[in-house]
Amino acid sequence: MKYAYYPGCSLHATAVDYNESTLAVAEALDIELAEVPNWSCCGSTPAHCTDELLAAALPAKNMIAAKTVADQMLVCCSACFSRFKFAQKHIEEKENLHAELAEIMPVEQIRNMRVRHLIDVLAHDVGLEKVTENKRCDLGLKVACYYGCLLTRPPKVTNLDDVEDPHFMDDLLRAAGMETVDWPYKTECCGATFSLTRTEIVLRLSADILQMAKEAEVDCISVACPLCHANLDMRQQDIEKKLGVKYEIPIFYFTQLLGLAFGLERSKLGIGRSLVNCDELLAAKGIK
Amino acid sequence: MKHIIQQDRLRPSIVQTVEELSGQDVKSCYQCGKCSAGCPIAADMELPPNQVMRLLQLGLLDDALRSRTIWLCASCETCTTRCPREVDLAAVMDALRNLALREGVRSPERVVPFFNRIFLSLVKRYGRVYEMELIGRFNTGTFNFFKDVMKAPKLFFKGRLKLWPSFAGRKTANTVFKDLKRIKSSRQVEKSTPPEELSKTT
Repeated sequence: MKYAYYPGCSLHATAVDYNESTLAVAEALDIELAEVPNWSCCGSTPAHCTDELLAAALPAKNMIAAKTVADQMLVCCSACFSRFKFAQKHIEEKENLHAELAEIMPVEQIRNMRVRHLIDVLAHDVGLEKVTENKRCDLGLKVACYYGCLLTRPPKVTNLDDVEDPHFMDDLLRAAGMETVDWPYKTECCGATFSLTRTEIVLRLSADILQMAKEAEVDCISVACPLCHANLDMRQQDIEKKLGVKYEIPIFYFTQLLGLAFGLERSKLGIGRSLVNCDELLAAKGIK
Repeated sequence: MKHIIQQDRLRPSIVQTVEELSGQDVKSCYQCGKCSAGCPIAADMELPPNQVMRLLQLGLLDDALRSRTIWLCASCETCTTRCPREVDLAAVMDALRNLALREGVRSPERVVPFFNRIFLSLVKRYGRVYEMELIGRFNTGTFNFFKDVMKAPKLFFKGRLKLWPSFAGRKTANTVFKDLKRIKSSRQVEKSTPPEELSKTT
Protein backbone atom coordinates (compact mmCIF):
# COMPACT_ATOMS: atom_id res chain seq x y z
CA MET A 1 0.00 0.00 0.00
CA LYS A 2 1.49 3.31 -1.05
CA TYR A 3 0.34 6.68 0.19
CA ALA A 4 1.40 10.25 -0.46
CA TYR A 5 2.47 11.39 2.98
CA TYR A 6 1.53 14.92 4.01
CA PRO A 7 3.12 15.67 7.40
CA GLY A 8 1.97 19.29 7.72
CA CYS A 9 3.82 22.09 9.50
CA SER A 10 3.39 20.74 13.05
CA LEU A 11 4.84 17.31 12.36
CA HIS A 12 8.07 18.97 11.32
CA ALA A 13 8.20 21.16 14.41
CA THR A 14 6.16 20.98 17.62
CA ALA A 15 4.81 17.52 16.78
CA VAL A 16 8.02 15.97 15.50
CA ASP A 17 7.32 13.01 17.79
CA TYR A 18 4.06 12.34 15.94
CA ASN A 19 6.06 12.27 12.70
CA GLU A 20 8.73 9.96 14.12
CA SER A 21 6.23 7.51 15.59
CA THR A 22 4.12 7.52 12.41
CA LEU A 23 7.12 6.66 10.25
CA ALA A 24 8.22 3.95 12.69
CA VAL A 25 4.77 2.37 12.87
CA ALA A 26 4.33 2.62 9.08
CA GLU A 27 7.60 0.78 8.59
CA ALA A 28 6.59 -1.93 11.04
CA LEU A 29 3.27 -2.42 9.23
CA ASP A 30 4.69 -2.29 5.67
CA ILE A 31 2.94 0.92 4.76
CA GLU A 32 4.85 2.72 2.04
CA LEU A 33 4.91 6.47 2.51
CA ALA A 34 6.21 8.89 -0.12
CA GLU A 35 6.30 12.48 1.11
CA VAL A 36 4.33 14.98 -0.96
CA PRO A 37 6.92 16.95 -2.95
CA ASN A 38 7.46 20.52 -1.73
CA TRP A 39 4.29 20.48 0.34
CA SER A 40 3.22 23.78 1.87
CA CYS A 41 1.05 24.66 4.84
CA CYS A 42 -2.62 23.74 4.35
CA GLY A 43 -3.69 27.11 5.76
CA SER A 44 -5.27 25.53 8.83
CA THR A 45 -7.75 27.68 10.80
CA PRO A 46 -6.39 31.13 9.79
CA ALA A 47 -7.02 30.46 6.09
CA HIS A 48 -10.69 29.48 6.30
CA CYS A 49 -11.34 32.30 8.79
CA THR A 50 -9.90 34.77 6.30
CA ASP A 51 -10.82 33.80 2.77
CA GLU A 52 -12.62 30.76 1.36
CA LEU A 53 -10.66 30.84 -1.87
CA LEU A 54 -7.31 30.74 -0.08
CA ALA A 55 -8.68 28.06 2.25
CA ALA A 56 -9.44 25.84 -0.75
CA ALA A 57 -6.43 26.79 -2.88
CA LEU A 58 -3.67 25.81 -0.46
CA PRO A 59 -4.98 22.27 0.14
CA ALA A 60 -5.82 21.89 -3.55
CA LYS A 61 -2.30 22.77 -4.58
CA ASN A 62 -0.92 20.20 -2.18
CA MET A 63 -3.34 17.52 -3.33
CA ILE A 64 -2.23 18.08 -6.91
CA ALA A 65 1.38 17.64 -5.81
CA ALA A 66 0.37 14.51 -3.88
CA LYS A 67 -1.21 13.04 -7.01
CA THR A 68 2.25 12.83 -8.58
CA VAL A 69 3.29 10.19 -6.04
CA ALA A 70 0.11 8.25 -5.14
CA ASP A 71 -3.68 8.15 -5.47
CA GLN A 72 -4.23 8.34 -1.76
CA MET A 73 -2.95 10.95 0.62
CA LEU A 74 -2.21 10.09 4.22
CA VAL A 75 -2.53 12.83 6.84
CA CYS A 76 -1.79 12.59 10.56
CA CYS A 77 -2.84 16.00 11.80
CA SER A 78 -6.61 16.18 12.32
CA ALA A 79 -6.71 19.86 11.43
CA CYS A 80 -4.90 19.33 8.13
CA PHE A 81 -7.16 16.34 7.47
CA SER A 82 -10.19 18.54 8.01
CA ARG A 83 -8.90 21.25 5.67
CA PHE A 84 -8.20 18.82 2.85
CA LYS A 85 -11.61 17.20 3.17
CA PHE A 86 -13.33 20.60 3.30
CA ALA A 87 -11.39 21.83 0.28
CA GLN A 88 -12.41 18.78 -1.73
CA LYS A 89 -16.06 19.18 -0.76
CA HIS A 90 -16.21 22.92 -1.46
CA ILE A 91 -14.45 22.62 -4.80
CA GLU A 92 -16.89 19.90 -5.76
CA GLU A 93 -20.01 21.74 -4.58
CA LYS A 94 -19.32 25.44 -5.12
CA GLU A 95 -19.27 26.24 -8.80
CA ASN A 96 -17.74 29.69 -8.51
CA LEU A 97 -14.94 28.35 -6.31
CA HIS A 98 -14.29 25.56 -8.76
CA ALA A 99 -14.21 27.97 -11.67
CA GLU A 100 -11.83 30.39 -10.00
CA LEU A 101 -9.42 27.70 -8.90
CA ALA A 102 -9.55 26.06 -12.30
CA GLU A 103 -8.01 29.27 -13.68
CA ILE A 104 -4.86 28.79 -11.65
CA MET A 105 -4.44 25.03 -11.20
CA PRO A 106 -5.58 21.69 -12.69
CA VAL A 107 -8.35 21.31 -10.12
CA GLU A 108 -9.90 18.28 -11.87
CA GLN A 109 -6.97 16.17 -10.68
CA ILE A 110 -8.06 16.28 -7.06
CA ARG A 111 -11.47 14.76 -7.69
CA ASN A 112 -10.15 11.20 -7.47
CA MET A 113 -7.69 11.90 -4.71
CA ARG A 114 -8.60 10.07 -1.52
CA VAL A 115 -7.55 11.89 1.60
CA ARG A 116 -7.16 9.52 4.55
CA HIS A 117 -6.44 10.06 8.18
CA LEU A 118 -3.87 7.68 9.63
CA ILE A 119 -6.42 6.24 12.06
CA ASP A 120 -8.66 5.32 9.15
CA VAL A 121 -5.78 3.72 7.23
CA LEU A 122 -4.65 1.66 10.21
CA ALA A 123 -8.15 0.58 11.20
CA HIS A 124 -9.31 -0.35 7.69
CA ASP A 125 -6.47 -0.76 5.20
CA VAL A 126 -4.07 -2.42 7.60
CA GLY A 127 -6.73 -3.96 9.80
CA LEU A 128 -6.94 -4.70 13.49
CA GLU A 129 -5.73 -8.28 13.05
CA LYS A 130 -2.42 -7.16 11.60
CA VAL A 131 -2.03 -4.69 14.46
CA THR A 132 -2.51 -7.54 16.94
CA GLU A 133 -0.04 -9.72 15.02
CA ASN A 134 2.61 -7.05 15.42
CA LYS A 135 2.11 -6.74 19.14
CA ARG A 136 5.27 -7.74 20.98
CA CYS A 137 4.56 -6.65 24.53
CA ASP A 138 1.64 -6.00 26.83
CA LEU A 139 1.98 -2.44 27.96
CA GLY A 140 -0.56 -2.77 30.75
CA LEU A 141 -1.69 0.79 30.13
CA LYS A 142 -5.15 2.18 30.79
CA VAL A 143 -5.75 4.85 28.13
CA ALA A 144 -8.33 7.56 27.52
CA CYS A 145 -8.60 8.06 23.76
CA TYR A 146 -9.18 11.72 22.98
CA TYR A 147 -10.49 12.34 19.49
CA GLY A 148 -10.97 16.09 19.60
CA CYS A 149 -13.16 17.98 17.14
CA LEU A 150 -11.97 17.82 13.58
CA LEU A 151 -11.28 14.14 13.23
CA THR A 152 -14.96 13.24 13.29
CA ARG A 153 -16.84 16.53 12.74
CA PRO A 154 -18.71 17.46 10.68
CA PRO A 155 -19.76 13.95 9.58
CA LYS A 156 -20.72 15.05 6.07
CA VAL A 157 -17.13 16.13 5.50
CA THR A 158 -14.98 13.66 7.42
CA ASN A 159 -17.14 10.59 6.87
CA LEU A 160 -15.13 8.86 9.55
CA ASP A 161 -16.38 7.13 12.69
CA ASP A 162 -19.28 8.01 14.96
CA VAL A 163 -19.42 11.68 15.85
CA GLU A 164 -20.61 11.48 19.45
CA ASP A 165 -18.94 8.20 20.43
CA PRO A 166 -16.06 7.39 18.06
CA HIS A 167 -14.16 4.17 18.58
CA PHE A 168 -11.47 3.69 15.92
CA MET A 169 -8.59 4.84 18.10
CA ASP A 170 -9.91 2.71 20.95
CA ASP A 171 -10.12 -0.30 18.59
CA LEU A 172 -6.52 0.16 17.48
CA LEU A 173 -5.11 0.48 20.96
CA ARG A 174 -7.15 -2.46 22.23
CA ALA A 175 -5.97 -4.54 19.29
CA ALA A 176 -2.46 -3.71 20.51
CA GLY A 177 -3.29 -5.01 23.97
CA MET A 178 -4.10 -1.82 25.86
CA GLU A 179 -7.12 -1.09 27.97
CA THR A 180 -9.20 1.88 26.85
CA VAL A 181 -11.91 3.56 28.90
CA ASP A 182 -15.38 4.76 28.09
CA TRP A 183 -15.28 8.41 29.17
CA PRO A 184 -17.54 11.34 28.38
CA TYR A 185 -15.03 13.86 27.01
CA LYS A 186 -13.82 11.99 23.93
CA THR A 187 -14.84 14.71 21.53
CA GLU A 188 -15.03 17.85 23.64
CA CYS A 189 -13.10 20.77 22.20
CA CYS A 190 -9.71 21.52 23.79
CA GLY A 191 -9.74 25.13 22.62
CA ALA A 192 -7.86 24.49 19.41
CA THR A 193 -6.06 27.46 17.92
CA PHE A 194 -6.74 29.70 20.89
CA SER A 195 -3.66 28.26 22.57
CA LEU A 196 -1.76 31.48 22.00
CA THR A 197 -4.53 34.03 21.39
CA ARG A 198 -7.08 33.19 24.08
CA THR A 199 -5.10 30.97 26.37
CA GLU A 200 -7.64 31.28 29.20
CA ILE A 201 -10.23 29.52 27.01
CA VAL A 202 -7.83 26.67 26.32
CA LEU A 203 -6.97 26.37 30.00
CA ARG A 204 -10.63 26.10 30.89
CA LEU A 205 -11.59 23.59 28.21
CA SER A 206 -8.47 21.46 28.54
CA ALA A 207 -8.80 21.45 32.34
CA ASP A 208 -12.22 19.82 31.99
CA ILE A 209 -10.80 17.18 29.66
CA LEU A 210 -7.92 16.41 32.00
CA GLN A 211 -10.26 16.30 34.99
CA MET A 212 -12.57 13.83 33.24
CA ALA A 213 -9.60 11.67 32.30
CA LYS A 214 -8.39 11.78 35.90
CA GLU A 215 -11.81 10.69 37.13
CA ALA A 216 -11.73 7.80 34.67
CA GLU A 217 -8.50 6.78 36.47
CA VAL A 218 -6.43 6.43 33.34
CA ASP A 219 -2.66 6.19 33.07
CA CYS A 220 -2.47 8.47 30.05
CA ILE A 221 -4.38 10.14 27.24
CA SER A 222 -3.92 9.22 23.59
CA VAL A 223 -4.37 11.88 20.90
CA ALA A 224 -4.30 12.15 17.11
CA CYS A 225 -3.75 15.86 16.59
CA PRO A 226 -0.76 18.14 17.31
CA LEU A 227 -2.93 20.95 18.62
CA CYS A 228 -4.85 18.67 20.99
CA HIS A 229 -1.50 17.36 22.18
CA ALA A 230 -0.18 20.88 22.72
CA ASN A 231 -3.22 21.99 24.69
CA LEU A 232 -3.31 18.91 26.90
CA ASP A 233 0.45 18.52 27.33
CA MET A 234 2.11 21.93 26.95
CA ARG A 235 -0.64 23.65 28.87
CA GLN A 236 -1.04 20.98 31.56
CA GLN A 237 1.34 22.64 33.98
CA ASP A 238 -0.28 26.05 33.39
CA ILE A 239 -3.66 24.50 34.23
CA GLU A 240 -2.26 22.80 37.34
CA LYS A 241 -0.83 26.10 38.55
CA LYS A 242 -4.02 28.03 37.85
CA LEU A 243 -6.38 25.58 39.52
CA GLY A 244 -4.06 24.23 42.20
CA VAL A 245 -4.62 20.62 41.15
CA LYS A 246 -2.26 17.90 40.06
CA TYR A 247 -3.01 15.88 36.95
CA GLU A 248 0.37 14.48 35.90
CA ILE A 249 -1.30 12.64 33.04
CA PRO A 250 1.17 11.93 30.22
CA ILE A 251 -0.14 12.65 26.73
CA PHE A 252 0.87 10.32 23.91
CA TYR A 253 0.22 10.24 20.21
CA PHE A 254 -1.61 7.01 19.51
CA THR A 255 1.22 6.03 17.14
CA GLN A 256 3.68 6.22 20.03
CA LEU A 257 1.56 3.80 22.05
CA LEU A 258 1.22 1.45 19.09
CA GLY A 259 4.97 1.66 18.54
CA LEU A 260 5.69 0.79 22.16
CA ALA A 261 3.33 -2.18 21.92
CA PHE A 262 5.16 -3.28 18.78
CA GLY A 263 8.39 -3.30 20.79
CA LEU A 264 9.94 -0.41 18.87
CA GLU A 265 12.65 1.71 20.47
CA ARG A 266 11.56 4.68 22.51
CA SER A 267 13.93 7.06 20.73
CA LYS A 268 12.47 6.09 17.35
CA LEU A 269 9.00 7.01 18.62
CA GLY A 270 9.90 10.40 19.98
CA ILE A 271 9.00 9.32 23.51
CA GLY A 272 10.18 11.89 26.02
CA ARG A 273 9.63 14.92 23.82
CA SER A 274 6.45 15.93 25.60
CA LEU A 275 6.54 18.36 28.51
CA VAL A 276 4.59 16.18 30.93
CA ASN A 277 7.01 13.54 32.11
CA CYS A 278 6.15 9.99 31.08
CA ASP A 279 9.32 8.24 32.33
CA GLU A 280 7.81 7.41 35.71
CA LEU A 281 4.72 5.85 34.15
CA LEU A 282 6.67 3.79 31.64
CA ALA A 283 9.12 2.64 34.30
CA ALA A 284 6.26 1.63 36.59
CA LYS A 285 4.78 -0.49 33.79
CA GLY A 286 8.16 -2.01 32.96
CA ILE A 287 8.17 -0.49 29.48
CA LYS A 288 11.72 0.06 28.29
CA MET B 1 -27.49 41.86 25.73
CA LYS B 2 -29.92 44.53 24.55
CA HIS B 3 -30.63 44.97 20.88
CA ILE B 4 -32.68 47.93 19.71
CA ILE B 5 -34.57 46.94 16.61
CA GLN B 6 -35.50 49.86 14.42
CA GLN B 7 -37.52 49.14 11.36
CA ASP B 8 -35.21 51.02 9.03
CA ARG B 9 -32.24 48.88 10.18
CA LEU B 10 -33.96 45.62 9.28
CA ARG B 11 -32.60 44.61 5.92
CA PRO B 12 -33.16 40.90 5.47
CA SER B 13 -32.09 41.01 1.84
CA ILE B 14 -28.62 42.13 2.85
CA VAL B 15 -28.09 38.79 4.47
CA GLN B 16 -28.16 37.27 1.00
CA THR B 17 -24.41 37.74 0.74
CA VAL B 18 -23.88 35.63 3.84
CA GLU B 19 -26.30 33.01 2.53
CA GLU B 20 -24.50 32.85 -0.80
CA LEU B 21 -21.07 32.62 0.80
CA SER B 22 -22.10 29.97 3.31
CA GLY B 23 -24.64 28.13 1.17
CA GLN B 24 -27.08 28.23 4.09
CA ASP B 25 -30.62 29.61 4.42
CA VAL B 26 -30.79 31.55 7.67
CA LYS B 27 -34.57 31.12 7.78
CA SER B 28 -34.09 27.38 8.38
CA CYS B 29 -33.04 28.01 11.95
CA TYR B 30 -35.91 27.73 14.42
CA GLN B 31 -33.90 28.93 17.42
CA CYS B 32 -33.84 25.70 19.37
CA GLY B 33 -30.52 26.73 20.95
CA LYS B 34 -28.83 23.36 20.49
CA CYS B 35 -25.85 25.06 18.87
CA SER B 36 -25.34 27.37 21.83
CA ALA B 37 -25.81 24.49 24.25
CA GLY B 38 -23.01 22.50 22.63
CA CYS B 39 -20.70 25.40 21.86
CA PRO B 40 -17.58 25.12 24.06
CA ILE B 41 -16.94 28.85 23.86
CA ALA B 42 -20.52 30.09 24.37
CA ALA B 43 -19.71 31.14 27.93
CA ASP B 44 -17.15 33.64 26.62
CA MET B 45 -19.30 35.05 23.83
CA GLU B 46 -21.40 38.16 24.33
CA LEU B 47 -23.82 36.65 21.80
CA PRO B 48 -24.13 32.87 21.73
CA PRO B 49 -24.31 31.27 18.26
CA ASN B 50 -28.11 31.02 18.08
CA GLN B 51 -28.41 34.75 18.74
CA VAL B 52 -26.03 35.51 15.88
CA MET B 53 -28.36 33.48 13.67
CA ARG B 54 -31.28 35.47 15.04
CA LEU B 55 -29.53 38.72 14.10
CA LEU B 56 -29.12 37.44 10.57
CA GLN B 57 -32.77 36.44 10.40
CA LEU B 58 -33.65 40.01 11.34
CA GLY B 59 -31.26 41.41 8.77
CA LEU B 60 -29.00 42.96 11.42
CA LEU B 61 -25.90 41.88 9.54
CA ASP B 62 -23.79 44.70 10.84
CA ASP B 63 -24.28 43.67 14.47
CA ALA B 64 -23.27 40.15 13.57
CA LEU B 65 -20.15 41.33 11.75
CA ARG B 66 -19.10 43.48 14.68
CA SER B 67 -19.60 40.76 17.28
CA ARG B 68 -16.77 39.11 19.20
CA THR B 69 -18.61 35.85 18.70
CA ILE B 70 -17.50 35.25 15.15
CA TRP B 71 -13.85 35.53 16.21
CA LEU B 72 -14.22 33.49 19.39
CA CYS B 73 -15.75 30.64 17.41
CA ALA B 74 -13.25 27.79 17.50
CA SER B 75 -14.60 26.10 14.37
CA CYS B 76 -15.10 22.93 16.37
CA GLU B 77 -18.12 22.05 14.18
CA THR B 78 -20.23 20.92 17.13
CA CYS B 79 -23.06 23.27 16.14
CA THR B 80 -23.10 22.09 12.53
CA THR B 81 -23.05 18.46 13.63
CA ARG B 82 -25.94 18.79 16.06
CA CYS B 83 -28.30 21.27 14.34
CA PRO B 84 -31.65 19.48 13.87
CA ARG B 85 -32.36 21.68 10.84
CA GLU B 86 -28.99 20.82 9.33
CA VAL B 87 -27.93 24.44 9.22
CA ASP B 88 -24.16 24.54 8.78
CA LEU B 89 -23.60 27.22 11.39
CA ALA B 90 -19.84 26.87 11.24
CA ALA B 91 -20.05 27.77 7.55
CA VAL B 92 -22.14 30.81 8.44
CA MET B 93 -19.50 31.86 10.97
CA ASP B 94 -16.80 31.45 8.33
CA ALA B 95 -18.83 33.53 5.89
CA LEU B 96 -19.27 36.25 8.52
CA ARG B 97 -15.54 36.29 9.24
CA ASN B 98 -14.65 36.42 5.55
CA LEU B 99 -17.18 39.19 4.98
CA ALA B 100 -16.07 41.22 8.01
CA LEU B 101 -12.48 41.18 6.75
CA ARG B 102 -13.47 41.92 3.19
CA GLU B 103 -15.58 44.91 4.22
CA GLY B 104 -13.11 46.15 6.83
CA VAL B 105 -15.64 45.81 9.67
CA ARG B 106 -13.81 45.91 12.98
CA SER B 107 -14.73 43.72 15.90
CA PRO B 108 -13.72 44.46 19.49
CA GLU B 109 -12.00 41.06 19.29
CA ARG B 110 -8.70 42.15 17.68
CA VAL B 111 -6.26 39.52 18.88
CA VAL B 112 -7.58 36.54 16.93
CA PRO B 113 -7.66 38.25 13.51
CA PHE B 114 -4.19 39.67 14.25
CA PHE B 115 -2.84 36.17 14.90
CA ASN B 116 -4.44 34.91 11.69
CA ARG B 117 -2.77 37.66 9.68
CA ILE B 118 0.68 36.82 11.04
CA PHE B 119 0.13 33.10 10.46
CA LEU B 120 -0.85 33.60 6.83
CA SER B 121 1.98 36.06 6.19
CA LEU B 122 4.40 33.37 7.35
CA VAL B 123 2.81 30.80 5.07
CA LYS B 124 3.16 33.25 2.23
CA ARG B 125 6.78 34.02 3.02
CA TYR B 126 8.13 30.61 3.97
CA GLY B 127 5.57 28.13 2.69
CA ARG B 128 5.34 26.52 6.11
CA VAL B 129 4.65 28.05 9.49
CA TYR B 130 7.73 29.23 11.37
CA GLU B 131 6.76 29.07 15.06
CA MET B 132 9.54 31.27 16.45
CA GLU B 133 8.51 34.19 14.28
CA LEU B 134 4.81 33.49 14.84
CA ILE B 135 5.17 33.62 18.62
CA GLY B 136 7.69 36.47 18.49
CA ARG B 137 5.55 38.72 16.32
CA PHE B 138 2.35 37.82 18.15
CA ASN B 139 3.80 38.49 21.58
CA THR B 140 5.36 41.74 20.43
CA GLY B 141 2.20 42.90 18.72
CA THR B 142 0.09 42.21 21.80
CA PHE B 143 2.66 43.77 24.15
CA ASN B 144 2.93 40.47 25.95
CA PHE B 145 6.64 40.02 25.37
CA PHE B 146 7.28 37.36 27.96
CA LYS B 147 4.20 35.21 27.51
CA ASP B 148 5.10 31.52 27.30
CA VAL B 149 8.74 32.54 27.09
CA MET B 150 9.77 29.80 29.54
CA LYS B 151 8.29 27.19 27.22
CA ALA B 152 10.60 28.06 24.33
CA PRO B 153 13.86 26.62 25.75
CA LYS B 154 12.00 23.52 27.01
CA LEU B 155 10.56 22.89 23.55
CA PHE B 156 13.85 23.69 21.87
CA PHE B 157 15.80 21.16 23.91
CA LYS B 158 13.16 18.56 23.19
CA GLY B 159 13.76 19.18 19.51
CA ARG B 160 10.31 20.64 18.95
CA LEU B 161 11.14 24.24 18.17
CA LYS B 162 13.11 24.97 15.04
CA LEU B 163 15.51 27.87 15.11
CA TRP B 164 15.25 28.45 11.39
CA PRO B 165 12.29 28.30 9.01
CA SER B 166 12.01 25.68 6.31
CA PHE B 167 11.75 26.94 2.75
CA ALA B 168 10.83 23.66 1.11
CA GLY B 169 7.17 24.60 0.64
CA ARG B 170 7.82 28.19 -0.32
CA LYS B 171 7.25 27.91 -4.05
CA THR B 172 4.02 25.95 -3.60
CA ALA B 173 2.48 28.49 -1.23
CA ASN B 174 3.86 31.56 -2.92
CA THR B 175 2.42 30.54 -6.28
CA VAL B 176 -0.99 30.18 -4.67
CA PHE B 177 -0.87 33.63 -3.06
CA LYS B 178 0.36 35.29 -6.27
CA ASP B 179 -2.27 33.59 -8.42
CA LEU B 180 -5.05 34.48 -6.02
CA LYS B 181 -3.97 38.10 -5.99
CA ARG B 182 -4.15 38.10 -9.76
CA ILE B 183 -7.65 36.61 -9.80
CA LYS B 184 -8.91 39.03 -7.19
CA SER B 185 -7.59 42.13 -8.91
CA SER B 186 -9.18 41.07 -12.18
CA ARG B 187 -12.41 40.36 -10.26
CA GLN B 188 -12.25 43.90 -8.82
CA VAL B 189 -12.06 45.42 -12.28
CA GLU B 190 -14.99 43.37 -13.57
CA LYS B 191 -17.52 44.27 -10.89
CA SER B 192 -17.56 46.61 -7.95
CA THR B 193 -19.98 46.04 -5.11
CA PRO B 194 -20.10 49.28 -3.19
CA PRO B 195 -18.76 48.28 0.24
CA GLU B 196 -20.80 51.07 1.92
CA GLU B 197 -23.89 49.00 1.35
CA LEU B 198 -22.70 46.28 3.64
CA SER B 199 -21.14 48.21 6.48
CA LYS B 200 -23.77 50.89 7.05
CA THR B 201 -24.28 51.84 10.66
CA THR B 202 -27.14 53.80 12.19
